[in-house]
Amino acid sequence: MAHATARKSMTFGEGGSALVFAVTALLCLVGAARAQDATFAFHAYLSAAASVLAVFMIFSSYSRRPSEPIPAEIDGKPNYNFGPIKFATTAAMFWGIAGFVVGLWAALELAWPALNFDLPWTNFGRIRPLHTSAVIFAFGGNVLLASSLYVVQRTCRVRVAGEIAPWFVVLGYNFFIVIAGTGYLLGVTQSKEYAEPEWYADLWLTIVWVVYLLVFLATLIKRKEPHIFVANWFYLAFIITIAVLHLGNNPALPVSVFGSKSYIAWSGVQDAMFQWWYGHNAVGFFLTSGFLGIMYYFVPKRADRPIYSYRLSIVHFWSLIFLYIWAGPHHLHYTALPDWAQTLGMTFSIMLWMPSWGGMINGLMTLSGAWDKLRTDPVLRMMVVSVAFYGMSTFEGPMMSVKAVNSLSHYTDWTIGHVHSGALGWVGFVSFGAVYCLVPWLWQKKGLYSLKLVNWHFWVSTIGIVLYVSAMWVSGILQGLMWRAYTSLGFLEYSFIETVEAMHPFYVIRALGGLLFVIGSLLMAWNLWMTVKSGEPEAVAARPALQPAE
Amino acid sequence: MEKQEIDVVTGTATTGHQWDGIKELNTPLPRWWVWVFYATVVWSVLYWLVYPAWPLVSGYTRGLFGYSSRANVAAEITALHTLRGEKAVALASASLEEIEKNPALLAFARAQGKAAFGDNCAPCHGVGATGAKGYPNLNDDDWLWGGTLPAIYQTIQYGIRSGNPEARENQMPAFGKDGVLTRDQVLQVASFVRSLSGQAARPGADLGAGKKIFADNCAVCHGEDGKGNQELGAPNLTDRIYLRGSDEAAIIDIINNGGGGVMPAWTGRLDPATLKSLAVYVHTLGGGK
Repeated sequence: MAHATARKSMTFGEGGSALVFAVTALLCLVGAARAQDATFAFHAYLSAAASVLAVFMIFSSYSRRPSEPIPAEIDGKPNYNFGPIKFATTAAMFWGIAGFVVGLWAALELAWPALNFDLPWTNFGRIRPLHTSAVIFAFGGNVLLASSLYVVQRTCRVRVAGEIAPWFVVLGYNFFIVIAGTGYLLGVTQSKEYAEPEWYADLWLTIVWVVYLLVFLATLIKRKEPHIFVANWFYLAFIITIAVLHLGNNPALPVSVFGSKSYIAWSGVQDAMFQWWYGHNAVGFFLTSGFLGIMYYFVPKRADRPIYSYRLSIVHFWSLIFLYIWAGPHHLHYTALPDWAQTLGMTFSIMLWMPSWGGMINGLMTLSGAWDKLRTDPVLRMMVVSVAFYGMSTFEGPMMSVKAVNSLSHYTDWTIGHVHSGALGWVGFVSFGAVYCLVPWLWQKKGLYSLKLVNWHFWVSTIGIVLYVSAMWVSGILQGLMWRAYTSLGFLEYSFIETVEAMHPFYVIRALGGLLFVIGSLLMAWNLWMTVKSGEPEAVAARPALQPAE
Repeated sequence: MEKQEIDVVTGTATTGHQWDGIKELNTPLPRWWVWVFYATVVWSVLYWLVYPAWPLVSGYTRGLFGYSSRANVAAEITALHTLRGEKAVALASASLEEIEKNPALLAFARAQGKAAFGDNCAPCHGVGATGAKGYPNLNDDDWLWGGTLPAIYQTIQYGIRSGNPEARENQMPAFGKDGVLTRDQVLQVASFVRSLSGQAARPGADLGAGKKIFADNCAVCHGEDGKGNQELGAPNLTDRIYLRGSDEAAIIDIINNGGGGVMPAWTGRLDPATLKSLAVYVHTLGGGK
């Protein structure tokens, strides 16, 4: 090396992390040796292997890097760190397709129960949490990691804080997904909806999440812009609140520190209240706040239009944050939860309607002056339709929280339909739109391999969502009415099994909708693969400065 | 940097901020949005006045009209009892025979029985009580433990091999597995059993030998003529109605391995009036004696 003047040495971060992972590997081996159950041993071996791999990766990256530290800027331009973002984007597509396929399978099992093949690993009770966690936390989580780390760098005009830390966040988070998912299939669960992973997975996620928060905050603090961009408010609210929810809902006492089983500290109706405070705000801060962050960057960027209203973004942000956290009790109407708590859950859900719609207005109205682009740009169309689905779900949600409506809708498929109009329509489509934008940007390509394929993806998936959601509406209302039907003599009109039989055709339609959604995502994966593999590279110094308006 | 400008398309000023090329318009809040938001807040405050809403140090604000969902449930249950009315009272004190003789009471009991059957019995016997392999059809007049009202009532109350001290108990021995009969003897008696209901015997089967084996081993429960014994729960073997299949393999399997299914005891799980209604419902399905 001609100019190797600086002596190369390990940074404190490299050396320290390598040491911590080496010790972790040893501890995991001890855990595996003393494990009380086979799954715990399996997870301990897996963790030991992952820790050894981490040590290896730290040394290998050390040996490859130049002796000077990686510069924060090159020629006065920020030297953005896209490596972890590329990984999270790829992981999002992988987990997304896996999660959609498992969802389709679960839907097919509901229509034809024999499809569980009488195996413990594939029964509905295990693959249902596998589906929900894969799509929410694995797919959605990786989209949020990728987009937040991208957006925070570009809108702060600085390289993300830390070198090992961002990699630790994305790899550590995906390792959590592996532990959680394999645990479900092997029967490890603490039986809390959307919080199924057992205590040791929860602890690991806590560490990863705190590092994520620190990386995000440190990047914000060293920003080169005077103000913090609106998307970053939403991302920060998402990261902080998810940490609080995770800690509040999961305090548990393991039966043994070498075993997978634990018991939750809360009990009875308090446990139920904590669970739905967590569950509803996972919707509010993971699936809403985080994805609004995506909307606030990618929609104006793609439409090349200013955000509709700065004031609306402030008012709807703070009202959303303040009101959402109260709405959880609407999941427990007509239960042992005290009436007063039910009232608060319901009224705060009603008040949440306009704060939610503030985001929709800001997303849709940003298109003013660019509506014509919906005809030519299917990526933008996907994101705009996602905002429309967001508006629909956030009207339907408050409506279903009204006790009179809830007495019909609760425990029926209507809830499943509501969730999926939000999940497939809003979260799915806005994520697809963001990933379609990100991949050419990250891999420095001029554009996507095929906009025509995006158009196909859009239509196939939209038809899938419509089939899914309308089938669940009809079956949910039918189910609710059948459950409450009384004969003139004062006895139930239908037995439970008759209501199950009545659902069958709708379950078939729902599975068909899910199949279309899966097909759409496969088209997307192919399109992205071809973009990365054979897309035309972006010319150097592309993205010229915007021309001033004449 | 903080340079406000007018957006050409909308004519609105920007805030002057810019991030990665993204600007913001300084559009005021949409009026309708603000008013609907206020309306939901006002509505919520009114709702809090009317219904139980805010926790206090001890207790909570109870609302203007003392609403309580617990009281609502009690009221709805009272309304249901009123709807069911005198018939429910009459049903509780009437005997099974009296219920069947009184058409209004019978209709009432059948309605209650049908609802209870759908949620408790249908998982095994089917919604239409037509049964399945291993679970008897309750529409025909072929009864294992008797098809009279008291017999059906007894079966529903205490079950079959349910563990209840009053349960109906019997045991078909495992003639093959326990070595009571040889393999050839099992084949011979299986052919004879099938011949009782006029089914073809396997070629070369010695029905005489089978008859002898049957008389020595089976007749004690199933009777010399194979017509069964409802006192013992021994099925009639001459009517071609088989609980677990009429083909030779199924019959050989039963003779080899014996055994029998379980019906739960419903006493203690369902209230006495529902048990009576179920007995009447099953008795009047078509096959009651």
